[in-house]
Amino acid sequence: MSLLSIQDLKVSFATRRGSVEAVRGISLEIRKGEVLGIVGESGSGKSVTSYALMRLLERNGRISGGSLTYGGIDLRQARESTMRDLRGREISMIFQNPRAALNPIRKVGHQIEDVLRRHAKATRSNARSAAIRALEAVRIRDAEARYNAYPFELSGGMCQRVVIAIALACDPKLLIADEPTTGLDITTQKAVMDLIADLIAERGMSAMVITHDLGLAAQYCNRLVVMKDGEIVEEGGPETLFSRPQHAYTRKLVDATPRPGASVRQLLPLDQRSAEPQLPKAETPLLEIRDLTKTYQGRSGPVHAVKGISFEVRKGESVGLVGESGCGKSTTSSMLVRLIDPTSGEILFNGRDLARSPARNFARDADRARIQMVFQDATDSFNPRHTARQSIAEPLARLTNTPKRQRVARVEELADLVGLPRPLLDRFPHQLSGGQKARVGIARAIAVDPQFLILDEPTAALDVSIQAIVLNLLVDLRTKLGISYLFVSHDLHVVRLLCDRVIVMRDGEIVEQGTAASVMETPSHPYTRELLAASPKPPLPAPPERTAAE
Amino acid sequence: MSDITTSQVPVKQDGTLAHIGYVLRSNPVTLLAFTMFAILLLAAVLGPVIVPYDPMESNAAIALQPPSMAHWFGTDNLGRDVFSRVILATRLDLAISVAAVALSFLIGSVLGSVAGYWGGWLDTVLNRLFDTIMAFPLFVLAMGIVAALGNTVENIVYATAVINIPFYARLVRAEVNIRRDAGFAQAAKLAGNSDIRVLALHIFPNALPPMMVQVSLNLGWAILNAAGLSFIGLGVRPPTAEWGIMVAEGANFIVSGEWWLAFFPGFALMFAVFTFNLLGDGLRDMVDPRQRS
Repeated sequence: MSLLSIQDLKVSFATRRGSVEAVRGISLEIRKGEVLGIVGESGSGKSVTSYALMRLLERNGRISGGSLTYGGIDLRQARESTMRDLRGREISMIFQNPRAALNPIRKVGHQIEDVLRRHAKATRSNARSAAIRALEAVRIRDAEARYNAYPFELSGGMCQRVVIAIALACDPKLLIADEPTTGLDITTQKAVMDLIADLIAERGMSAMVITHDLGLAAQYCNRLVVMKDGEIVEEGGPETLFSRPQHAYTRKLVDATPRPGASVRQLLPLDQRSAEPQLPKAETPLLEIRDLTKTYQGRSGPVHAVKGISFEVRKGESVGLVGESGCGKSTTSSMLVRLIDPTSGEILFNGRDLARSPARNFARDADRARIQMVFQDATDSFNPRHTARQSIAEPLARLTNTPKRQRVARVEELADLVGLPRPLLDRFPHQLSGGQKARVGIARAIAVDPQFLILDEPTAALDVSIQAIVLNLLVDLRTKLGISYLFVSHDLHVVRLLCDRVIVMRDGEIVEQGTAASVMETPSHPYTRELLAASPKPPLPAPPERTAAE
Repeated sequence: MSDITTSQVPVKQDGTLAHIGYVLRSNPVTLLAFTMFAILLLAAVLGPVIVPYDPMESNAAIALQPPSMAHWFGTDNLGRDVFSRVILATRLDLAISVAAVALSFLIGSVLGSVAGYWGGWLDTVLNRLFDTIMAFPLFVLAMGIVAALGNTVENIVYATAVINIPFYARLVRAEVNIRRDAGFAQAAKLAGNSDIRVLALHIFPNALPPMMVQVSLNLGWAILNAAGLSFIGLGVRPPTAEWGIMVAEGANFIVSGEWWLAFFPGFALMFAVFTFNLLGDGLRDMVDPRQRS
């Protein structure tokens, strides 16, 4: 029998431009002991559904129709006091950003005690030991010492374990996990998801896993629901969904999920695939890095962020730089793009050592226009007060002698090149979607015809279908303009799609480098193998020929 | 390739005027504040044209008359029309406060930006300097400055500006500091901007929305401060029409029942301060492009 039943749920939000329906009549059920995955891209209404279920909608949102029944209780009509009793004890939630979900100024142990005592699962005298047991349950080593830790002292993965400990402290029957691993490293993601899966099985709970990652959902859920624009488009078991997607949107999602063996063109829907790109042969070196180091002076002695790395990027080549957070890949890219100075080492660009030209004066350097970057966080990397047009025109105005009228024409040309509709040029960053911002960021970076472009996780914040489009755009631009790329990412599968060679970094050192195929198929270093093993393994989709007939 | 972007229905966009209209419509308090501000501005600009009597002309025959149809706010001890004097004083009081706030905004912004962006010893020195200024009772400090520099309108402006600088500098410092390493600042450097350009054209403008709140509150304080200085006999001298002096002069007559001498300039003072306090949120919403849909 079903533990949770949602019938024809509708949620609407009152906005400046009238009422917007975020969820448009969805029905679903979760049975006892079942793990249901809700998959959808941003704006599909998947998180709103879970907030409606917990009755935690923002003030301008309301449930405008349908019913929510949990174990015989009508959640839509229930009094607030009933809801308070249910939250945490019957239905618990794990949030997207663990650091934001924890109170920064209270010890994590106390935060676990709060929920235990709220639901009378512990008294003042035994709360401490109960909290420590909860920490042990989520496999935190040395739980006694961690009890006294503050959130800022813990890593992202550790914080998420604490959040899980809080969510599970009162033995709820239903666990809602809203993008539980977004922002975590891939090996941490695997550890956290394995932990959640183990705990669900151990305690016989039901769970609702909300994610944008179809591969991840397929690996950990019994049944999947695919949402789009507030509606459920398809429902079924992970294998069926992957091998025989019925709805065009599911097919698009399945296609767009990076997987072994697929080329970058195969991420696109069948009717949009153009010919495989003809990539230029890369022979002459463009950039040579020799013994590059960066040491920061920390409070407790020097911190070696980058420990003497050497590699080269040839003209027209695309090189992937892979590693987890803290491995020094961002420091490396900041040094290459000349935002910070290296402690020692050489950055030879066309034979000239750029490390000798200090970062603070590099804005006026002759090579400034030749080295550009596409930033990771598309929102943060645009001046909130500038329109897309102003942002793209900025490097043209500062780095070239283009007269104003030609700049206008050039901006529109660039917009066409990256596939950004011209009317969007006059919007502010907050009025653009993630994919549109990614296009503006790329247009800005290629505006001054650079020879070398650093792509710092340009698709990390994007939905998979948008990611597929942006990756293809990058490949096209490389073919058309002959730019060399350094693609910085944590995801080997994405890097493989775009790069000729791959460099794997860990703790400021290069542990492995070689051609993309050899690193992916015959990794020599154990760390590379660990990274490869950690990425979700979606069931392989059916070959496109079969579905083309449908 | 562009299916995602083109398939979306283009949302109608607001221009600057439409946005200001929206801010005014959506918040009645803001509308009220701007109406009150418009009244103040009208009084300041048109003051000499609209007043019914010469504010300096004394006439002993009609001294100390209570409010009437002829003299709406009554007359003072020299027979001058209080209404005309209150209206006329608007220009002087607003001029003092706007000039003082503009000055402290300017100096505070520069010092705060420099401290927040480059940090280091400069930041430490500037911060200690602001601490020192704020350690004084601010009004007493202003009194001291005016007394030392001399009793003129300019010196009131300087004194008011000096005591307000730390507030702006601190605010700007914090706002600049959190954006120093923001992605858009780095992107601006990649686009060939020098440090000063990045600071002045990219980071500083983003500090404007919270600054607007500070400016409007400060305008209120500055008016009070100027009036307070005049009240205790520093700064503007009689017979100039100024709210602070008028309250000071009128205070002597309250005991004998002639309340209107102090009441009306005091009310004008309150009206102005109240206006500026209400104005802040609305101004912030107007200068923040993120409030636009």
